[in-house]
Amino acid sequence: MGLRKLFLIAFKDLRLIFRDPAALIMMLLAPFLLTIGMGALTGGFSGGGGSTFSDIPVEIVNLDEGILGQTLVDVFTSPELEALVSPRLSTDLGAAQALVDSNQSAAVVCIPAGFSESLLSPRTQGSSAAPIEFYANPTMPNSAGFLRSLVDQFVNQVEIGRVSGEVIVTQLLENGLISYQQAPDIGAQIGYEMGQASATSSSIRIKADLAEGEALEFNILAYMAPSMALMFLMFTVTYGARSLLVEDRAGTLPRMLVAPTSSASVLGGKFAGIFLTAIAQLTILIGGTSLMFSLQWGDTMGVILLILAAAFGATGWGVLFAAILKTPGQIAVTGSAVMLLFGLLGGSFFDLSMLPGWVQMLNKITPNFWGNDGFFILGIGGQVKDISTHLTALLIMGGVLFAFASIWIGKRGLARK
Amino acid sequence: MPPIVEVINLVKKYGDLTAVDGISFTVQEGEIFSLLGPNGAGKTTTLSILSTLFSPTAGEAIICGHPVTKEPMAVKRVIGVVPQEIALYEDLTALENLNFWGKMYGLSGRDLSRRIDQVLELTGLKERARQRIKTYSGGMKRRVNIGVGLLHQPRLLFMDEPTVGIDPQSRRAILDSVKELNRAGMTILYTTHYMEEAQELSDRVGIIDHGKLIALGTQDELTAQVGEMDTLILHLGENEDPIHLAEGLKSLPGVLQANPTDHEVAIVTASAEEALAPVVSRANEMGFKIYSVDMREPNLEAVFLHLTGRALRE
Repeated sequence: MGLRKLFLIAFKDLRLIFRDPAALIMMLLAPFLLTIGMGALTGGFSGGGGSTFSDIPVEIVNLDEGILGQTLVDVFTSPELEALVSPRLSTDLGAAQALVDSNQSAAVVCIPAGFSESLLSPRTQGSSAAPIEFYANPTMPNSAGFLRSLVDQFVNQVEIGRVSGEVIVTQLLENGLISYQQAPDIGAQIGYEMGQASATSSSIRIKADLAEGEALEFNILAYMAPSMALMFLMFTVTYGARSLLVEDRAGTLPRMLVAPTSSASVLGGKFAGIFLTAIAQLTILIGGTSLMFSLQWGDTMGVILLILAAAFGATGWGVLFAAILKTPGQIAVTGSAVMLLFGLLGGSFFDLSMLPGWVQMLNKITPNFWGNDGFFILGIGGQVKDISTHLTALLIMGGVLFAFASIWIGKRGLARK
Repeated sequence: MPPIVEVINLVKKYGDLTAVDGISFTVQEGEIFSLLGPNGAGKTTTLSILSTLFSPTAGEAIICGHPVTKEPMAVKRVIGVVPQEIALYEDLTALENLNFWGKMYGLSGRDLSRRIDQVLELTGLKERARQRIKTYSGGMKRRVNIGVGLLHQPRLLFMDEPTVGIDPQSRRAILDSVKELNRAGMTILYTTHYMEEAQELSDRVGIIDHGKLIALGTQDELTAQVGEMDTLILHLGENEDPIHLAEGLKSLPGVLQANPTDHEVAIVTASAEEALAPVVSRANEMGFKIYSVDMREPNLEAVFLHLTGRALRE
């Protein structure tokens, strides 16, 4: 009974928002036009099939003498990426950076000396792996973003291999199967093989996509469309949140609360309404741009799950605003500000790798970041497992914010007086 | 027979403000009971507590045998509420609104369709049922607002100032339908600041002011409190000072009270006919221009004036 009324309220809200022309303009038309506008600015409509990633110039400076540095070089020079990137090998970091500064290259990937050693030898307390330096060209944000995703993927897989190696070696030691003298060599071997296997499997995945002839044709609009959709998703959720306070003032919320329905069903219905609206918006925008621009979004299940998770994470923010803000006006103003701020932080306007480190940490609180990155990974051929962190982060975000808002509203009471 | 509503020392405080201050009354099944009082007297807050929307700070109310604080869901099932504001979705049609609210009250299928038809018939809006509420006049919206409260045929209907801001014709229709519902057996708890409505509709009236119930009884019982007193209302121009005039009239023989309000002075007297000439004469002497004079026999307005020294509209 409670669930029936919850959905009754949710679908009523969905119907109401789709009857509000102003809301529709902001929810659907504005992101659609901005996608087209930004696509045109970045050359998304040139060349018939749209702007594609191909022959991205990249400088690889390998100062590492170990096996992992060479493995990363092998990834960039692999036949599978041949059409996609044009790597140039060098040992002169300054010269490579100069090429980026003069717009002749999209990025420098500098593998520091001792990179393999730092990863494959046992860690002492306080020591850390030598980081790969990524020097991005700000005028080529999408190409740089793509290259960075390749490097990130490699580093993540190597790190997984390293941690797995440590765990295995520890187990072997504890069970007396190897001696302490053997441990460093065995650990390095396991880490290397797992890193190698991971890197290879990434290449295999790209190769598989190339065989389909899809992932290589990564249209810039496929990045712009979800970026804009995710940015305006924040408008949708704040609009939905605003409706809770509007209904309180209009008397319809108190009227629902005096009907034989629990407060939890009413609150759940309002929140479900925001969630459904957010899903509808993302689905329409993604579906619409797919049809109009023949965009390839990648793995269908991944896209569906990411839409649901992004809508859930964003809904969490919406309900938080409904809980802590006091007037519809406050929500409207806050919503607009947050929409733009999250858009900036989440990478809707430019490549995040150009931003300072603390901003790159802060943007993890935005659904935009996880959504944008997730859609990007799917767009270049990723599967559900490749965006599992993104899905988890968005679900945790939505869950935590929803719980906090529910507690807050529970203390205050749903109808305000 | 136990009362359908029993209110026991109800208190509602918001910080330092006491909106409802120890109110007690009962309503019998089949009655129309009115809470009469000026804006801000505590009528809506009382109704909100009775309809389980707000919890009381102290006291209890028992509706059809169910305490509102302990069994709110049981209370919700037997009551219907017509709020003061138009609590409808403007972008939905009347039909969609009734459908939504009917389902919120647990109606479905043929039962819901039948009740929607009956309510549309009762409100006279069948022809425009498929038009959005925002295209309706104020009176039509009020009728739908009432219709929503009737959908599930409640035993007890709370109506909070249902005629505020509408034209006389719609107001007449609403008052007639309230009487009709009561004749059909529905108990009605009605709040208003219009003395005429309370007088026309109510079996019993509770007069409420500053959160306190200051009088309770049938109309005859209440008007008996002011004895055989008449009331003269002097209507002044906008620039006139009613306080000054009231002071000047208090000393006249036969004038028991002279209470200034906005552009008016209300005079309580044993005989309006005898007091009229000296009152007008004194006002002229003081240089006041009187636009019109109302003579009123004992009524609920006079009771309120007698008890509070203020008019209901203040």
